[in-house]
Amino acid sequence: MEAEVFRAWVAAAARAVEEQRDHLTQLDAAIGDADHGINLARGFTAVLPALESAAPATPGAVLTLTGSTLISKVGGASGPLYGVAFRRAGKALGDAADVDLPALAAALEAALAGVQQLGAAREGDKTMVDALAPATGAFSKAIAEGASDADALTALVEAAQAGAAATIAMQALKGRASYLGPRSVGHEDPGAASTVLILGALRDAALACP
Amino acid sequence: MKKLINSPDSVVTDALAGVAAAHPSLAVDIENKVITRASGPRAGKVGLVSGGGSGHEPLHGGFVGYGMLDAACPGEVFTSPVPDQMLAATKAVNGGAGVLHIVKNYTGDVLNFQMAAELADDDGIEVVAVVTNDDVAVQDSLYTAGRRGVGATVFVEKIAGALAEEEAGLDKVAAVAREVNERSRSFGVALTSCTIPAVGKPTFDLAESEIEMGIGIHGEPGRTRVPLGTAHEITTAALDAIAADLPLSGDLLVMVNGMGGTPLLELYVVFNEVRNYLEGQGARIARNLVGNYITSLDMQGFSVTVCRLTDTLARLWDAPVDTPALRWGR
Repeated sequence: MEAEVFRAWVAAAARAVEEQRDHLTQLDAAIGDADHGINLARGFTAVLPALESAAPATPGAVLTLTGSTLISKVGGASGPLYGVAFRRAGKALGDAADVDLPALAAALEAALAGVQQLGAAREGDKTMVDALAPATGAFSKAIAEGASDADALTALVEAAQAGAAATIAMQALKGRASYLGPRSVGHEDPGAASTVLILGALRDAALACP
Repeated sequence: MKKLINSPDSVVTDALAGVAAAHPSLAVDIENKVITRASGPRAGKVGLVSGGGSGHEPLHGGFVGYGMLDAACPGEVFTSPVPDQMLAATKAVNGGAGVLHIVKNYTGDVLNFQMAAELADDDGIEVVAVVTNDDVAVQDSLYTAGRRGVGATVFVEKIAGALAEEEAGLDKVAAVAREVNERSRSFGVALTSCTIPAVGKPTFDLAESEIEMGIGIHGEPGRTRVPLGTAHEITTAALDAIAADLPLSGDLLVMVNGMGGTPLLELYVVFNEVRNYLEGQGARIARNLVGNYITSLDMQGFSVTVCRLTDTLARLWDAPVDTPALRWGR
């Protein structure tokens, strides 16, 4: 997969976030402050012209610029967290012009590590980590077991979906939802939900790759 | 939604243009969303920078001026500003004695200020951050995001600002900021939700007969929903929560703060209840503020913040201040 696929991923993620903007915001209204969809949509809207004008040549450069732009434009907690995720993934891909699935899996592991380091969240805290961690685990495992590209990418997204669904029953220990204590139970975490959208966009872009 | 806005997308920049027009003592960079003193940095004085989401006015922009902040960076409504804004503010107020970041404890504010401090360090500017976390409604533990920073932020900005004006060093200014935070506690109550302009409808639904106890300042629901009681009952519950965490004795600085949509008449009803409660505990309200200082858009409700004063803190509280939202002694 070359830089073009990664640009397509970011564009697809931007579309998905825009389409689900109100849904993400509603999830956030239940247990947070009702701005997750608005903020992410603003960030990705700024990423597309940045990629257009800088035209980064490698997959790593595409993701690094995406992350830096999210940090500059989103604000809140999701700006630095998604920003660091994309930047770490981009750095992990290095200067390679063409990236295979194992390299992508390593980049996603690096993204997860970056998010956990910055946000100090562990699995079970009801955050984006509850979607990202099982997704990267399932992806790496499928690749190691010799799954086809399509199957590995499907495993990635299905594990993210299951992880996001599992946040409904959790009590939040990190982020703004933690202020609700037991009242945070019964609602899906908005960050886990947006992680599903972004990983779904990755699968779609990678599968569309000739 | 009925609001006095031109468009939900331009509400923050339109308001900043109004702030610039109303207050010549401030320099407002509308595009980058940074408010500084028009007089610029003073050599040898520690610079004080704060910031956070918009929707809490007059916090923080209304507290920029002599005796308080040197700069404020407002984010989008209820959204932390970005590191670029904080870095620009930090550079703009650096008088060579270092810069204090006053950060309310919310994950987004803490992360973005942390990144800004690293960038400032790259530029050779010494930055110390003090994080406020005075909200007793949030249970604190090693494994959670911790208590929110709310009303004590106003006290920290005033008292640390007064000490900085005396040209105390960065370590001393940071120490007094931490001391004020540690000696302060808050509790908030909502009678209604607020409506974020870009969302267009109330963040949560509350029946006519219900209130939310233990709210923060972002329209997030509180910890419990209870039937509406009298001002006496609600105030007692709020102060009981504070008293369980901080001994209420001696000389106190007390703020009864409106959440944005509360009549001042009702805030004074609450203040009287607060006074009766505290006097019953043998404490004395030595200094007070009653009004809208750290708000949550159009929410109806109030918060009460109590700080246990020392002679030094009282002296610094009384020191001259000249900002759009707090002004005395000058």
